[in-house]
Amino acid sequence: MFAAITTISIWAIPVIVVLIPLYAAIKKVPVYETFVDGAKDGFQTAINIIPHLVGMMVAISIFRESGALDALVNLLRPLLERFGIPGEVLPLSLLRPITGAGSLAFTTDLIREHGPDSLIGRMASTIQGSTDTTLYVLTVYFGAVGIRKISYSLKVGLLTDIVGFTAAIIICLLVFT
Amino acid sequence: MVNLIWLAFILIGFIYAALNGDVEAMSRAVFDGAKTGVTVCFSLISILVFWLGMMKIAERAGLLDALARLLRPVIRWIFPGIPRDHPAIGYIISNLSANMLGLGNAATPMGIKAMQELKKLSPHNDEASPEMCTLLALNTSGITLIPTTIIAIRINFGSANPAEIVGTTLLATACSTAAAILFDRWFRYLHSRK
Repeated sequence: MFAAITTISIWAIPVIVVLIPLYAAIKKVPVYETFVDGAKDGFQTAINIIPHLVGMMVAISIFRESGALDALVNLLRPLLERFGIPGEVLPLSLLRPITGAGSLAFTTDLIREHGPDSLIGRMASTIQGSTDTTLYVLTVYFGAVGIRKISYSLKVGLLTDIVGFTAAIIICLLVFT
Repeated sequence: MVNLIWLAFILIGFIYAALNGDVEAMSRAVFDGAKTGVTVCFSLISILVFWLGMMKIAERAGLLDALARLLRPVIRWIFPGIPRDHPAIGYIISNLSANMLGLGNAATPMGIKAMQELKKLSPHNDEASPEMCTLLALNTSGITLIPTTIIAIRINFGSANPAEIVGTTLLATACSTAAAILFDRWFRYLHSRK
């Protein structure tokens, strides 16, 4: 089971990179021109993230360098370590549903501090990739069509985030330790 | 909410640094943080440029449509309240397919289109219908096949195997999507009894 997950991880990208252009070529799509056409948007997308990420990185950097983050982590550590969970990832779970740029910045910070191949780095990577920014999605989607009474949707979104977060931690503990 | 959190990080950090007598650390943190923000964004360029190029190929080859055909029966089951052959179904499928492929920019306009169609089906003007809540639940659970941004960041910080988290992310995202569908069904049931 866990060997299978590792195998999927190793093969997923190479297989996709081969299969998509191959299938397209069979369908007579001019693959290279199409690639260049789509790739143009990538630059702009990355540049658009800069203000968000700089703003959030600075705030998180202040929070960490001042020692406030360590204090928070130490407060939570005894509870989490009983389950083998590194306390460092918990603030990420609080940030993830609220701010996409904030949690991306926090994940980046964890990866930089602890290394991408540490358990904390792998957990942060998995958590960041496996749920979305609930509050942002809700605001954008409902805001765009003028919905003000959101019914039970926020509850469902946040409960889902808790499950996603817990699943990410358990899966990482099983696969990587 | 984001405004509050941002301010809280800075304020608490400042107070903590002041109490510890190390305000200098705060100035260092400001410049370091800003620099990391820009560096990370630049490292994202390479992956985003490549991936959006690949996805354009997938889109033009009709892979998005193929995925849509595969998803159609599932969608009919998850959204029981939408009449057969209603245009909302097409938009929902495009929205979810784009999300799965990590095409956030393509997913959002499709999702909004789907919401507009669902609103036409809803008897209330400013209240979310159960179908709208379901679509939202699926979007917030973050169905992803390849987490490109994270892979780019891992490469940037010298990971020996940047893609090793693809499998764990896939499994975690499957759990959260399953949870989203279950919670949605449960609350939909409670709501309908009111």
